[in-house]
Amino acid sequence: MSEMTEIRDVRTSTVGLKSFFHQLSKNYVAFTAFLFLLIIHLAVFLGPLVWTVNPEAVDPINALAGWSLEHPLGTDNLGRDVLSRMLYGGQITLLVGFGSMLFTVLIGGLIGAVAGYFGGWIDTILMRFTEAMMSIPNFFLALVALTVLGKSPFMIIMVIAFTSWMEIARVVYGETLKWKESEFVEASNVMGSSPIRTLMKHVIPQVIPSIIVASTLGIAWAILTESAISYLGLGIQPPTATWGNMLQNAQQYIWTAPVLGVLPGVAITLVVLAYNFFGDGLRDLLDPKNSRK
Amino acid sequence: MLQFAIKRLGQSIVLILIVTMITFFLMNLAPGGPSSMMRMDATEEERAAISEQLGLDDPIPIRYGKWLIDAMQGDLGLSLSSGQEVTDRILERFPFTLQLTMWTIVLSIIFGVLFGIISATNRNTWKDHTINFGSVIGLSVPSFWLAIMMILLFSVQLKWLPSSGVGEGSLLDQFKASIMPVVILSTATLPTIVRFTRSSMLEVITQNYIRTSRAKGIKERTVIYSHALRNALIPVISIIGVLIPRLLSGAVIVESVFGWPGMGRLIVEAAQSRDYNLVMGVTVIVTVLVVVCNFIVDIIYSKVDPRVKNMG
Repeated sequence: MSEMTEIRDVRTSTVGLKSFFHQLSKNYVAFTAFLFLLIIHLAVFLGPLVWTVNPEAVDPINALAGWSLEHPLGTDNLGRDVLSRMLYGGQITLLVGFGSMLFTVLIGGLIGAVAGYFGGWIDTILMRFTEAMMSIPNFFLALVALTVLGKSPFMIIMVIAFTSWMEIARVVYGETLKWKESEFVEASNVMGSSPIRTLMKHVIPQVIPSIIVASTLGIAWAILTESAISYLGLGIQPPTATWGNMLQNAQQYIWTAPVLGVLPGVAITLVVLAYNFFGDGLRDLLDPKNSRK
Repeated sequence: MLQFAIKRLGQSIVLILIVTMITFFLMNLAPGGPSSMMRMDATEEERAAISEQLGLDDPIPIRYGKWLIDAMQGDLGLSLSSGQEVTDRILERFPFTLQLTMWTIVLSIIFGVLFGIISATNRNTWKDHTINFGSVIGLSVPSFWLAIMMILLFSVQLKWLPSSGVGEGSLLDQFKASIMPVVILSTATLPTIVRFTRSSMLEVITQNYIRTSRAKGIKERTVIYSHALRNALIPVISIIGVLIPRLLSGAVIVESVFGWPGMGRLIVEAAQSRDYNLVMGVTVIVTVLVVVCNFIVDIIYSKVDPRVKNMG
């Protein structure tokens, strides 16, 4: 039985992927957002192979230079190449966003699925805890945690994950409640699967579409949070560039070199916007019932 | 009603305890404990003296207990960086944050509900699409960057508004100084209220009693603003509870950008100077504020919509 379903799963998933992109291309906004994200990610991760200037190389004589062939986007206050910093900074920003999302899904998914599937007092404790975490000023806790635990990229990822998993937990919780009553779950139970196996093999796969939507929106949120933390000087520390700390740096030179502050902000805004539109499009695709009224 | 209130009150107290506990233990995770947070140049003896003076030699749970007993009597200890009482430092900053957040929430509700209604009643027209698009943008722009751009435009280029501070002297100066912070802070709350009002309104206007009042020939304006809005606003009250933590988080950033001397900037200063007691104090006060606001919102909500309290 389980082999059969697995075979069917594989087949539908490849067919699904094709028709998925076909469907996606009909939703212009989401498709544009998807293409944009593809381009940005390629540029940021492959760009440094082409534009090989060191983002941390200081050149005070050429500080705050304008746009030129040598420095296509000019230089910052220490004469560092802005284009190169945008690319390397983008890598960190996007990786932190992606990493945070990964841990957010892990924590939120686990809590939501366990609470929904096992019910009873486990449900009460876990979901009350989730509600509690939603109603406190998390950003303050995040700042406290970063002050104490240090400002390495890994810590930042963990802090963002631990302060933003609640949304996903609630989504997964709701879905798990819905699916655990279905016949195939009952069948699996009757056939003697352990609860863990039923949860992992039969319930979780049903929840994945919702998780994908929530995590796309989660990346957007994580990128915004990271940039805010970096801006406050509590995130990844210079000279390592991120889009957030480039803005912090730029604000000091707003009177003399206003253009420095524009690029990183535009980059953050567009990427977050694209993830939001892409996520909304995915939601419409994967869950037509839930699409916007 | 009373039972509901008592239950919510109990939950609120537990919540405050949990947050203080997390914060307290987190602070003690610092390598070398909180004494390492003080002046780096302190000698071994000075450090030991400070530790003893602050009672840092006791085990963590005992210290937490002591801290809790003091805190309940309104004593949050001394700020390590300035030597003032933590409560005094918070009290001198609190009015500025209150001013900022009050204006933001009032304006967000007025404009949010208005845009939400326009969006719902003009569903799938260019007005609706523009408002929706605007909401997504509002949620996607990093607020500090928008703030920097506004400073660039209104302070650097046009010289209309001050780039930082609360404005000195006349009422007009104070008003001018608070325009940009309030507008920026609204980007954190306005889109959510718009979206919520829109979907709630859409749900209400499909109901029978609205069709009945239209069939009776009542003016469309009266139907929307006096019949539909009243019920559509009920869920919007509940979202305000959710927005308050976000508002205070937003205040941290907005206050930092505009040099606004509120509690958000205080926690950043405290975090940067590793002022152990102050960080603890601000976090606790902010949590209590949020929890109290949520409590009030819940009580109002259950008064307005009697179905809620039965769901507990």
